[in-house]
Amino acid sequence: MTDISEESGDDTVWVEHEAFIDSIPRWVAMTFLFVAVVGIWDLVTRMGWVSAIILPTPSETLDDLIFVGGNLITGNYMLDALWTTTLTVFYGFVIAVAIGFSLGVLVGETKFGERAVMPYLVAIDTMPKVAFAPLFIAWLGFGIGSKVALAAFIATFPIVVATAAGLYAASENERMLFKSMGASRMQTLLRLKLPTGLPYIFTGLKIAAVGVMAGAITGEFLGGGRGFGALIRQSASQLDTPRVFALILYLSILGLALYFTVVWMQRRFVFWNKSDRPGGVA
Amino acid sequence: MVEHLTLNPEPVAHGARPVYQIERLSKTYARNRLVALSDVNLTIHKSEFVSVIGSSGCGKSTLLKIMAGLLPPTTGRVVLEGQPVVGPRRDIGMMFQQATLLPWKTTIENIVMPIEIRDGRAAARQARDRATDLLELVGLGDFANVYPGELSGGMAQRASICRMLVSDPAMLLLDEPFSALDELTRDFMNMELQRICTERGATAFLVTHSLAEAVFLSDRILVMKARPGHIVEDVRIDLPRPRTLEMINTPRFGEIVAHIRDLLGREAFV
Repeated sequence: MTDISEESGDDTVWVEHEAFIDSIPRWVAMTFLFVAVVGIWDLVTRMGWVSAIILPTPSETLDDLIFVGGNLITGNYMLDALWTTTLTVFYGFVIAVAIGFSLGVLVGETKFGERAVMPYLVAIDTMPKVAFAPLFIAWLGFGIGSKVALAAFIATFPIVVATAAGLYAASENERMLFKSMGASRMQTLLRLKLPTGLPYIFTGLKIAAVGVMAGAITGEFLGGGRGFGALIRQSASQLDTPRVFALILYLSILGLALYFTVVWMQRRFVFWNKSDRPGGVA
Repeated sequence: MVEHLTLNPEPVAHGARPVYQIERLSKTYARNRLVALSDVNLTIHKSEFVSVIGSSGCGKSTLLKIMAGLLPPTTGRVVLEGQPVVGPRRDIGMMFQQATLLPWKTTIENIVMPIEIRDGRAAARQARDRATDLLELVGLGDFANVYPGELSGGMAQRASICRMLVSDPAMLLLDEPFSALDELTRDFMNMELQRICTERGATAFLVTHSLAEAVFLSDRILVMKARPGHIVEDVRIDLPRPRTLEMINTPRFGEIVAHIRDLLGREAFV
């Protein structure tokens, strides 16, 4: 009815331009990237630009993947090694969650924890934690115990920090609301601060899930034993690079399984917070 | 006109009994020796709607927190229904600037939460019928089992009105409850609040930044000034009830607003 429409007559319809790189669907993009990387890898090794000892060809790696896979499926010695590492990771994670969560509540909920415990935790956290591995071996021997200890040690700190930060996340108004309802300290902690802090705590758990893997494998590198890390070190010392590649790939399945278990639990327990799931990965 | 509005600090008794009494109240923050409140005297009667207005830092939030039992006074007497206020009480209902509904609880679970905290889950379950009635009262009957993430700002504040009312408090304390809402929603919420307070004969104390809101809702407006925080004048609003949005455009409404603005002086705008 306005002057403009009467004069021009037709509608102003236009399309927003989307760049080509943003318009590729996920599966096409992923396949493309995979093919491209493997293609370059194949080219580099086939042309002899890189020594086969440093970088095996894709087909050699595939052969080893199939071999290791077969070994794992038939329940041979590699499955035992993977099981040992899985147990190490599991125990390490459980211990890290128990200690990290308790310390996090102490730091985040009490002034004593904030004033006395936190400075020491920060001091220890800044140390390179792998340097403690010889100590754990001296204390706990060459068995699974020293590996579990190192894994738990590395994974504890992110959980402490995340839990403490999570407990601070409730807003001033929410705290006032609980105070005005006459809520006890324990009620405020359990019904307000912890649920509000869950997204933070899960972020800490995801970092811990990555750390616990690193700790377990580092422990097995340094302390031997019967885990997957020992297998990798053994193959590496024999310059069997394709085997190392294959073992690392299977190891990553363990890491992914742990990580996505945490992600799944987060979606289940923090159903109200839909903000942090970009691409369904984080 | 101005003389016409000016009232004695002690309002004319209108037969109603006093619900909340404050005498010689002062508050000094020990940390920086800031005198937040000095010699505040105030009596709120049954079914009265009293607002406090003043610039930022005039001590109105401190006054509200002391009235809620969230903050101890330095000197003075604070008495609700004959009992000194020495901590949070179940006969006080509060509402904040944000709705502060817990996102992991449904609307109705949020509303019965004050009961759950004080009396446990069994009592909270029994209060569900009352909560449902309250939701009907504010027009949220269909949203009982919805999570707060799906409510609009105005709906969330209506739910928090229900939460405030669920334990049937003697005194409602409202801390700028609608200041985060857009203006149209705010007008609507003020109408709703007036209706609910009238229906229930509620006694209410409102802290606000909005002159129009204060005049619209209140029987009395306390004008506060800072350094130290004290009540300058107790203004009686003689507009007839129920108030309508059209009244905002009447000369009388304008006079009252102008009078209070005058009292606040330049201080309120700097």
